[in-house]
Amino acid sequence: MRNKSNNKNHDFTYFMTEGFSNMFTHGFMSFAAIGITVACLLIMGTFSLVAVNASATLVKLEQENDVLAFVDESLSESEARALEDDLLALDNVNGAEFITREQALEDYKAQFEDESYFQNLGPETLRHRFLISMDDISLMDETKAALLTVPGIADVNGYEELSTGFIAMRNVATVVCVALIAILFLVSVFIIANTIKLTTFDRRDEIAIMKMVGATNGFIRWPFVYEGFLMGLLSAVIAFFLQWGLYGMVARGITSTDVFSIIQVVPFGSIWYAVALAFIAVGMLIGVGGSLSAIRQFLKV
Amino acid sequence: MIRLTNVVKEYSNGTKALNGLNLEIKDGEFVFMVGPSGSGKSTVIKLLTGEVVPTEGRVMVNGFSLNNIEEWQIPYLRRTIGIIFQDFRLIEKKSVYDNMLFAMRVVGASPREIKKRIPYVLKLVGLENKASRLPDELSGGEQQRVAIARALVNNPVTIIADEPTGNLDPARSLEIMTLLKKINELGTTVLVVTHEKALVDRFDERVVMLERGRVVGDGVGKYKVKANA
Repeated sequence: MRNKSNNKNHDFTYFMTEGFSNMFTHGFMSFAAIGITVACLLIMGTFSLVAVNASATLVKLEQENDVLAFVDESLSESEARALEDDLLALDNVNGAEFITREQALEDYKAQFEDESYFQNLGPETLRHRFLISMDDISLMDETKAALLTVPGIADVNGYEELSTGFIAMRNVATVVCVALIAILFLVSVFIIANTIKLTTFDRRDEIAIMKMVGATNGFIRWPFVYEGFLMGLLSAVIAFFLQWGLYGMVARGITSTDVFSIIQVVPFGSIWYAVALAFIAVGMLIGVGGSLSAIRQFLKV
Repeated sequence: MIRLTNVVKEYSNGTKALNGLNLEIKDGEFVFMVGPSGSGKSTVIKLLTGEVVPTEGRVMVNGFSLNNIEEWQIPYLRRTIGIIFQDFRLIEKKSVYDNMLFAMRVVGASPREIKKRIPYVLKLVGLENKASRLPDELSGGEQQRVAIARALVNNPVTIIADEPTGNLDPARSLEIMTLLKKINELGTTVLVVTHEKALVDRFDERVVMLERGRVVGDGVGKYKVKANA
C-alpha cells in the first residue's frame, strides 16, 4: 500500500483523457477561458505584427539611406572603376554602385525642370562616385572612416543624423512593443488563472475527495495541466486563423491606397509559421500557467 | 495500530481541542468513539488523517509518525486509511463503478487489480447490481455503502467512519453498522465516531468516550461506561 513508486509512472492516457473530458464537462467555463485566451492572443499578435511591419518599413527606409564615396579627380574613369573591389572588401559594405560624373550630372539636372540653369555646367565639375550601401547603418561613422582610407577616395558624404534617427525610432518601437506584449501576456495569464480558478472552485469537492483517498498533488494537478494545455492549443489555433483573416484584410487596405505607400507590408505567407509557433507557445504557456496557478490553493487540504 | 500519547491540539485562534489525550487502538480492533459536540472527536480524525499536526504529544498511525511527517508522505498515510463521512462525499458525475475506479487510479492500481477488486468489494457491500448507477439514483443507505466500498477498495489497514449513519434512518443505520462490523471481522481496524447511543448499545464493542479533549471513558460494552482515568 505504501509503495511510492506507484505514482512515478506518468499515466499519460489517463491524465489526457481526464483533461479532455473535464474540458467538456465544464463546457461554459472552458468556452469562457478559450474566448479570453483567443482575445488576448489576437491583441498580442496584432501588436507584434504592427511591430514587425514597422521594423520592415524602417529597414526599407534605412536601406535607402546610402553613402556617397567621391573619387579623386586625378583618377581616370577606368582607374575609378577599379576601386570597386577595394570598396567591397571593406567591412559592412554590401554594395558599391559606380556612377560616372556624366551620369551624376544627368541625375542632378533631372531634379530640376529648367535645364537652362545648367547650360554652362560641364561634367568635369563633378566627380566620379560610388553609391555605397551598408549592412548595418548604425556603423555609418566607422564605414565612412574606412572608405576614406581607400587610396583614390577623396571624400565621403552620408547623413549620420538620419541614420541615428531611424535607429532610435526602431529601438523605441521595439521597446514599446515588447513592453506592451509583456503586459498583455501577464494580464492574459491573470485572467486565465482566474477563469480556471472558477472551474477549479467548482471541483473543489472532487479535489478534496482525491486528497482523502491518498492522491498526490502531482496526480491531482496533471489533469488540470493537460486541460490548460488543450485549451491553450485550441485557443492558439482559433486565434491564428482569425489573425490571418484580420491581417489579410488590413494588408489589402494598405496596399490599395497610395496614402500608405511608405509602409512596407510583410506578406503573411512569409511569417505565418512564426505567428503559428508564437501563438501555440504563448497559448499553451497561458493555459498551463493559468491552470497551475489556479489549482495551487486547492491542494492545501 | 493507532497510538496517541499525551496529545494536545491548540488551534491558531486559541481553541484547545485536545488536552492531554491518550488512546491506543490495536490492529483488528472495532472501536466506537463517542462524546458531546466540542469534545475533540473531529480533531482526532483530522490528526489521524494528517490534516492537522499535534501541538504537543505523539501521534502514530499505521507506522507513520504524525509529529514529523513530510508533506509528500501524507498521501501514503491516507492510503492506509479508508475514510467514510456522514455526507458520503461521492463524485456525483461518476457512476458507482467509476467512483471506485477513481480511488484505485489515485493509488496507481493496475487494470488487472482494478478488474478483480471492484466487483469483489461491490459484492461485499451488496451493490454488485448497481455498479453503473449514478449516486443520486441510489438511496441514502446505498450511497453510504458506495462510500464504504470506496474506502475499502484500496484494502486499507484502518477504516475511520465519521458519523456514518448521521443521515440515515434507524434500519439503514443498523445495516451500515453491521456491514462495518463484517469488514472488521475480515481483519480491518474500524474506528466509528458517532453520537447515536442506541446504535452503539446494540454492539458489544469497545467504546471510547471523549469530553473536553480527553478520554473520560474507555471500555467494552455500553455507551455510558466511565473509566476511572
